[in-house]
Amino acid sequence: MEGVTSAERAAPGTVPAQGGPPPVHTETPDRPSPVLRLLFVAALFTPPRWTPRRVRYDRRYRRLDQYRFVAWFLSLPLLVYLLFVISPFVQAFFYSMTDWTGFSSSYTFTGFENYERLWNDDAFWDAARNSVLLLVAAPLITLGLGLFFAFMLSAGGRKRRDQAISGVTGSGMYKIVYFFPQVLSLAIIAVIWTRIYSPRSGILNEGLGAVGLDSWQREDWLGGDVARWCVLAVLCWSFVGFYVVLFSAAMSSIPTEVYEAALLDGAGRRVTFFRITFPLTWDTVRTGWIYMGIQALDAFALVSVMVPEHGMDVIPSYLYDKAFRDGQAGYATAIGVALFLITLVFSALMMRVGRRDRIEF
Amino acid sequence: MSNTRSGEAAERRADTGGGVLNVFAHSFLVLWAVLAAGPVLWVVVSSFRPHTDLVSDPFGLPTDLAWDNFSNAWTSADIGRYTLNSAIVLCGSLTGTMLLGSMAAYVLARFTFPGNRTVHLLFTGGMMFPVFLAIVPLFFVLDNFGLLNTRQGLILVYIAYSLPFTVFFLVSFFRTLPGAVQEAATLDGASHTRTFFQIMMPMARPALISVGIFNFLGQWNQFVLPRVLNVGDPDDAVLPQGLAALMVQQGYEGDWGALYAGVSMAMLPVLAVYVAFQRQVQTGLTAGAVR
Repeated sequence: MEGVTSAERAAPGTVPAQGGPPPVHTETPDRPSPVLRLLFVAALFTPPRWTPRRVRYDRRYRRLDQYRFVAWFLSLPLLVYLLFVISPFVQAFFYSMTDWTGFSSSYTFTGFENYERLWNDDAFWDAARNSVLLLVAAPLITLGLGLFFAFMLSAGGRKRRDQAISGVTGSGMYKIVYFFPQVLSLAIIAVIWTRIYSPRSGILNEGLGAVGLDSWQREDWLGGDVARWCVLAVLCWSFVGFYVVLFSAAMSSIPTEVYEAALLDGAGRRVTFFRITFPLTWDTVRTGWIYMGIQALDAFALVSVMVPEHGMDVIPSYLYDKAFRDGQAGYATAIGVALFLITLVFSALMMRVGRRDRIEF
Repeated sequence: MSNTRSGEAAERRADTGGGVLNVFAHSFLVLWAVLAAGPVLWVVVSSFRPHTDLVSDPFGLPTDLAWDNFSNAWTSADIGRYTLNSAIVLCGSLTGTMLLGSMAAYVLARFTFPGNRTVHLLFTGGMMFPVFLAIVPLFFVLDNFGLLNTRQGLILVYIAYSLPFTVFFLVSFFRTLPGAVQEAATLDGASHTRTFFQIMMPMARPALISVGIFNFLGQWNQFVLPRVLNVGDPDDAVLPQGLAALMVQQGYEGDWGALYAGVSMAMLPVLAVYVAFQRQVQTGLTAGAVR
């Protein structure tokens, strides 16, 4: 306390000596002595109970206390995050320009050689074609079905006198059942569908036989060219329920007055959907689209469990094989960078294409 | 009087119009319900049937309950061990994720300090990157620390990869909490740490539950990370790995009954919990897409 007052008294004395007018605010007396500064820094890294009195009763202590809290709370999450997420991401870009095998720690820098090889790698392009097919088709089908079912649940019901729209009875039950696949592990889903597609007493072939479509039965649902469509079907199957729930929530936030107005104007269900429901849920649809696209790009679990070796590849499964089977870690990270670029282009495209003025209601 | 009659007539007209659509809507809805639940039901029903029955008629109902399937799956296929492994990893990783995530989110949401925006961007930016970009270097990072094929390593990686969404979601929630409560606590002499644990955390409970469910299911069902980072001892496999291995094994041994029993055992607890808490689970999981 004493130090501060003496400094305040000293300050007006020093300034007129320079001949200028006395400034209203003086910053100089607040500058802490080196010892105090050291104590401040020490207090930043030690528990509060060790803080010396001199620091504790300083008026800058409040800010110090905040920064100390911030530093303590942020350090551990940030450390874990930097170590296991950020540093591998950064390293990936570097290793993609080396011929690193992954078996030893030696590697040489090769510039863009891996990318050149990638450009001419037919197996990679096969995998990329499958991934892009999933990326385009899975969101279209899944979100289409999701919107259809969500609209049916919220507006497909019998018309009642006092309500502009009404949901079907038992819509809650439908949502519970539709959501089943979403809580299951993709590994479980993959195992179940492998058995469904199986040529040996799988229920798809048996079912086709039972309804007389014997000619549609196949020996190799998951081996040949149809494999990618089978994977696509499973992917859509597992996500439709998620989007039904998501879109139902979005639709229920649309005020009923809007529907009433549409009904007075003589709009049918089709018009109501395309002119009201769809535009008003567009924001949700767009974010859902990006989310589904990212899920479709990572079809690793489904492909690696369902499809036998060399049946079909998607980019992640090809990357996995290169890195952990063939010992080409450098090349594999280049594939990873390619996957990242596809994700980036897709998200940017969706953000741009789908931009509209947000409708407030 | 006539007024109500014309009203009734209009209602009847609307009724019939709606009726056709109603049947149409309902048939599609029922069809998808069968498609969604059918495979799950089929696996559960089949898990009670012996292998020979399954081969001759995959659609049949169980004649007598083959409990052997379950004991086979539990003992020989080690479903019990895999479940335990998953549970141990989840205990550490879920606690860690929620604790570290809410700590970081609270600080980022309620305090101004140099670098706040940068750190926030760093965390949320992690959501944009595919895991596969990092997976190869990550493998070697863990290897260098001696954490490869260990539970601790898996726990730390689960935490790290759950942080971006957890932080993003909780930051936006902590920002909505009233600042007056925090001030009052400070005036009463509570330290920042105490304010966080005793006042802010309880207030953030709904958000913590949502994001907790999201992380629980995401980590419990995680397939890619253990597939790459936990390949040492087959006994250490977590549940999704174990099921994939079980399928390969039963494919050779030719015992579909045990496979279905294993899948049922892995699936039914999750489904039961889901049905019990379906509203929370649905909001928790769909919160992930509204970002």
